[in-house]
Amino acid sequence: MQRIFKALVAALWFMVLCAPIMGLLLLPDGTASFRWQRLAVLGTGIFFASLLWQWYFEKKERGERLFGGKAQAEEPVHRESLLRNKSFQRISLACVCAFMIAMPFIPGINSIYQITIWISALIYVMLALGLNIIVGLAGQLVLGYAAFYAIGAYTYGLLYQFFGLGFWVCLPIAGIVTVLCGLALGFPVLRLRGDYLAIVTLGFGEIVRLVLINWDSVTNGARGVSGIPRPALFGCPMNMQWSTTYLYYMSFLAVVVTIVVITRLKNSRVGLALQAMREDEIASEAMGINLTQVKLTAFALSSAWAGFAGVLFAAKTSFINPSSFTFWESAMMLSMVVLGGMGSILGVTLGALILVLAPEYLRAFADYRMLLFGATMVVMMIFRPQGLVTGERRHYRISALERKGD
Amino acid sequence: MDLQYFIELLFGGLTRGSIYALIALGYTLVYGIIGLINFAHGEIYMVGAFTALLVAGWLGYIGFPAGGILLVAALAAVAWTAAYGFTLEKVAYKPLRSAPRLSPLISAIGMSIFLQNYVLLAQTSDFVPFPDLVPEMPFLASLGDVMGPTDFLILVVSCTTMLVLVFWIRYTRTGKAMRATAQNRKMAMLLGINADSLISVTFIVGSALAALGGVLIASHMGQINFNIGFLAGMKAFTAAVLGGIGSVPGAVVGGLVLGIAESMTTGYLSGNYEDVLSFCLLILILIFRPDGILGKKQVQKV
Repeated sequence: MQRIFKALVAALWFMVLCAPIMGLLLLPDGTASFRWQRLAVLGTGIFFASLLWQWYFEKKERGERLFGGKAQAEEPVHRESLLRNKSFQRISLACVCAFMIAMPFIPGINSIYQITIWISALIYVMLALGLNIIVGLAGQLVLGYAAFYAIGAYTYGLLYQFFGLGFWVCLPIAGIVTVLCGLALGFPVLRLRGDYLAIVTLGFGEIVRLVLINWDSVTNGARGVSGIPRPALFGCPMNMQWSTTYLYYMSFLAVVVTIVVITRLKNSRVGLALQAMREDEIASEAMGINLTQVKLTAFALSSAWAGFAGVLFAAKTSFINPSSFTFWESAMMLSMVVLGGMGSILGVTLGALILVLAPEYLRAFADYRMLLFGATMVVMMIFRPQGLVTGERRHYRISALERKGD
Repeated sequence: MDLQYFIELLFGGLTRGSIYALIALGYTLVYGIIGLINFAHGEIYMVGAFTALLVAGWLGYIGFPAGGILLVAALAAVAWTAAYGFTLEKVAYKPLRSAPRLSPLISAIGMSIFLQNYVLLAQTSDFVPFPDLVPEMPFLASLGDVMGPTDFLILVVSCTTMLVLVFWIRYTRTGKAMRATAQNRKMAMLLGINADSLISVTFIVGSALAALGGVLIASHMGQINFNIGFLAGMKAFTAAVLGGIGSVPGAVVGGLVLGIAESMTTGYLSGNYEDVLSFCLLILILIFRPDGILGKKQVQKV
């Protein structure tokens, strides 16, 4: 009874709260109308949401799991789960690869439009994985990732426009340029952490965008750079369908390379140092990790990936302008990493695919996309801060010690 | 003639700066108490401006006497926005109070995206004209271009508000409790201060200030849209950091300095790079003097 009362109060509160902005509508002729229906729907929604909310927090307070009985004090280190089963992993990986390779030839979904959507999904997977290096592995919150993406895209666009350089020449150049920019940003912010770092990188992202808009003579301002060519296959001319397919395979290959490199990185010395730094900077420094070097490595690697993705993006759209690289782009990449599961490669990949493909295939929700992103970020942080897939840490098992402990 | 131009710029900067200061106070108060950058604060300000616009439009429609519209709309905006701030804290930050630092920050970014799109979907994505509600002030005519009625109103209202706030924090019981909590939350709780309600009060006060800033700037600019919170929030945050985040007089000083600096850049250099200037300033301060002009040095302990 008390719960229902609480929920009623919450519903009323939100109805009053949203009354002006959701309820009132000013018409251009100076009259106003009030939309009661919307408020009624909102109130009902809040009522049930509040019941759920209370149920969850009561359970949490009692120390119970969400479903099933009491949470054990210590989770067993090795759970037998489907995700960790080696043969299941291999089979599902093979299936996914086969689907991705066959995708441009499956009738029904192989229109240029569909393939283009998949290319952009793959580009976002690359971006999210790149961002994951610095946010997920190194624990440095970077909010201006779109700036590196923009720098990569503009490197290709401008080098083509002024010097006529092609895709394959620009790809490494963009990588080098973004690494240098990453180092240029990383070096001064070495001492900052947490929220200050987030703000500085956000500022950096905005500065890059504003410079792109205002430096008219080089970047062509808000009108952007157009007519950027797609990559050619050994100089063969291709029609639209084939060049799209070719770009699709290249993006797919780039994603595969990214996943392989990042998996290797995660378990390498540098990757382990990054994760140690994420857990505790001071303790890891005391263990002999050179924080400066490790942080700069993370910045450089992470920005290089954004640069490559930027070149692919420029090739895909053949037209770039500053409005593609706003803060929202950075926020979206961050939400991919956060929702997927910081530090987990599978999670981040899934997060990126879901966030790009879901609005494309659920057109009805397209308007509500950003609203849902925002709400999901909050809800995720409250109920499942580790994301869809929990980032797995490498752990060792010393059986001799364990036996002694039993 | 040059001096005249300089004075115009100076007053333009002061007007702008006092708005930044009003919003920056919200950042600083919240940061002082719970050590969190409230990313959604800019959106709170935007919600304040929108509430004022809608209430003013509705009052005009039902035939409320024109003289009182601004006052009633501003009061309504302050009340509703304070309620938004209160709810924001309860929903997005309170459950995360013991979580790692990154979680409330991401939740705040999520909330900021949510609020923007909420206003976008519930109202419109276009710029909406804000009605001109400020009464004529004949005694300002002698000043010429230096100060219009809106600028005068902004200066008076924001100075009064800030003075009240400073006294409130210095001399009242709640203000003292606030300062104690900012110094050491655990100790303050041991001495019988209810930290939860204090945090709520902080959010309410911060949001009310932001709403006031929103109403004032909206009547100054003449139009608003759902996106105004982002830039204003960034600028106000710069002001808060400039003065030393966590320090109330610092936020005021930072806001004024930033406003004047921007106005001078626009007046003497170029308007294109005005925003770049404030972002560069922000980065430079954070790198070279993260404690700001009036902030205290922070020592990190293991």
